[in-house]
Amino acid sequence: MTRTPKRTPATWLRGGGLSTLVFALPMVLVFAVFSWSPIVQSFVMSLQKTNLITSEWVGLDNFVRVLSDPLLGTAVVNTLYFAALALVFGFPLPILLAVLMSEVRRGKGVYSALAYLPVIIPPVVAVLLWKFFYDASPTGVFNSVLGWAGIPPQPWLQAQATAMPSLVLEATWAAAGGSIIIYLAALLSVPPELYDAAEVDGASIWHKIWHVTLPQLRGVIFIMLILQVLATAQVFLEPFLFTGGGPNNATVTVLLLIYRYAFQNSLGGNYGEATALSVLLAIVLALLSFVYFKLTDKWSAS
Amino acid sequence: MSRRTPAPELEADRGILSAFDRRRGGVRIGMTAVHVVLAVGLVVAGLGPILWLAKAAVTPTQDTIQQPLALFPNGIDWANLSQAWIDVQIDQYFLNTIVIAVGSWFMTLLVATTGGYTLSVLKPRYWKVLNGAVLATLFIPSVVLLVPLYLTVVRPVTGGSLLNNYFAVWLPAAANAFTILLVKRFFDSLPREVFEAARTDGAGPFRLFWSIVLPMSRPILGVVSVFAIIAALKDYLWPSLVLPDPRVQPLSVRLPAIQSQVELDVFLAALAISTIIPIVLFLVFQRVFLRSAGLGGAVKG
Repeated sequence: MTRTPKRTPATWLRGGGLSTLVFALPMVLVFAVFSWSPIVQSFVMSLQKTNLITSEWVGLDNFVRVLSDPLLGTAVVNTLYFAALALVFGFPLPILLAVLMSEVRRGKGVYSALAYLPVIIPPVVAVLLWKFFYDASPTGVFNSVLGWAGIPPQPWLQAQATAMPSLVLEATWAAAGGSIIIYLAALLSVPPELYDAAEVDGASIWHKIWHVTLPQLRGVIFIMLILQVLATAQVFLEPFLFTGGGPNNATVTVLLLIYRYAFQNSLGGNYGEATALSVLLAIVLALLSFVYFKLTDKWSAS
Repeated sequence: MSRRTPAPELEADRGILSAFDRRRGGVRIGMTAVHVVLAVGLVVAGLGPILWLAKAAVTPTQDTIQQPLALFPNGIDWANLSQAWIDVQIDQYFLNTIVIAVGSWFMTLLVATTGGYTLSVLKPRYWKVLNGAVLATLFIPSVVLLVPLYLTVVRPVTGGSLLNNYFAVWLPAAANAFTILLVKRFFDSLPREVFEAARTDGAGPFRLFWSIVLPMSRPILGVVSVFAIIAALKDYLWPSLVLPDPRVQPLSVRLPAIQSQVELDVFLAALAISTIIPIVLFLVFQRVFLRSAGLGGAVKG
């Protein structure tokens, strides 16, 4: 491979250029049609008024109309609320469980499998099952359990105040197992010498967790945090199937709004506005990740 | 960022607690408490809903509504299952689900292995551009794709709509940069000397791919298979958009629709049947599942 011969179609063919093309083709075709082209189209379509047959350029009209939709503010606040609740309650739980699970000597495999089971259940089945659990009558599944503890029945999905926390509870249950497995794998890579060294310095168990375990997990925790934020910012299935956005728009999220523009519009799909809102959301998320990685890079370095 | 792969022998070593810690009375009581909390908590939260669903699938509606936590107060109603399977045509949707999962699995594997082989082993002059273009899609949130992808399917360049065609689900599933990245990284780690030896023995690119690279890549193929099949079984939004005809819909899309049409006990039986494929797959391939889950984190890290 030291000399570089002059490139002609003949040398290309003899050098295996054709068979290389055959191998590259499935990837190139599938990405061109179902990934690269839709990405470009989304920016184009956000500046167009499109129905299934014709498109016309309308400049920033779609963005103006989306931003002046009175429901957008509600959707953004709801999405932030969902993300915040998931962060406060859903994020630390898998870390805690993984640390506990990594310390038990026997049954680790069984515990991992049990924790991972909810991840296996198809989300649609999980949501429809939990919808029944959330039955607001006193004989509902969760209300029966609360009843044993003497707590009065809760309205769950049917009241504005409790609807969103109910969605977060289910989403946390559904996702925790996957995070636990990731943290367990990361805990295995903590060098045991660090604990030995900490003990020589007389560190207690809490000190070891605080000064060795958590700092060693820092990289994984940073990544999992931003991934969770990006995922919760695009939450769709829970509000769509549990409540359809209700009660009284308490669970309308940004993605639900996009879906309504495009696919639940009695006047036909408003694809321009739907893509405009998608593009806005994508830009916000991209900026957020950019700032986040800049900040965490600085923290990791210091 | 920790990219270190955990060495398996560390597992048997030590964690936060030292052998000395473990002998202390307080720690022993604490660890027993941890065991109890984990066992009870994980059984209730992990296994509980599934066991409840299994029970509810063969319980009459009135019992499930009035005493949801009682164990068969008025006997078992096996007919729920057959009613769901035949009357609600769960059998058809069950089959559709399998067809969608198998097709997505095949397409994902085809694109990921040939693509990974191009980017890692064949390395044509344009591989860096191609690699960059594929990886760049990782940074685009999937929400951006939803509407344009839908329109691509409704009015493809080839003319004729792909609506209600399984290729509309299979092919977008295969356009997955994450699986290509996984496979490419694995191919990168294979010893080049083996490839050189095979080439010296006269193996062409196809033979090298089929007889050398693929057989050496079983672990990663297992992981990618799990990713592809689970993603196909879990997906709801996309198949609900491109498969509007109920006759071709998978279980996940059909279940919300049939909820209002059938009695509760039959509906819960249908839900229970829908969990069978993923749970059986998990029980059989548990190790691959948990390794994939951990690997997902390692790559993200």
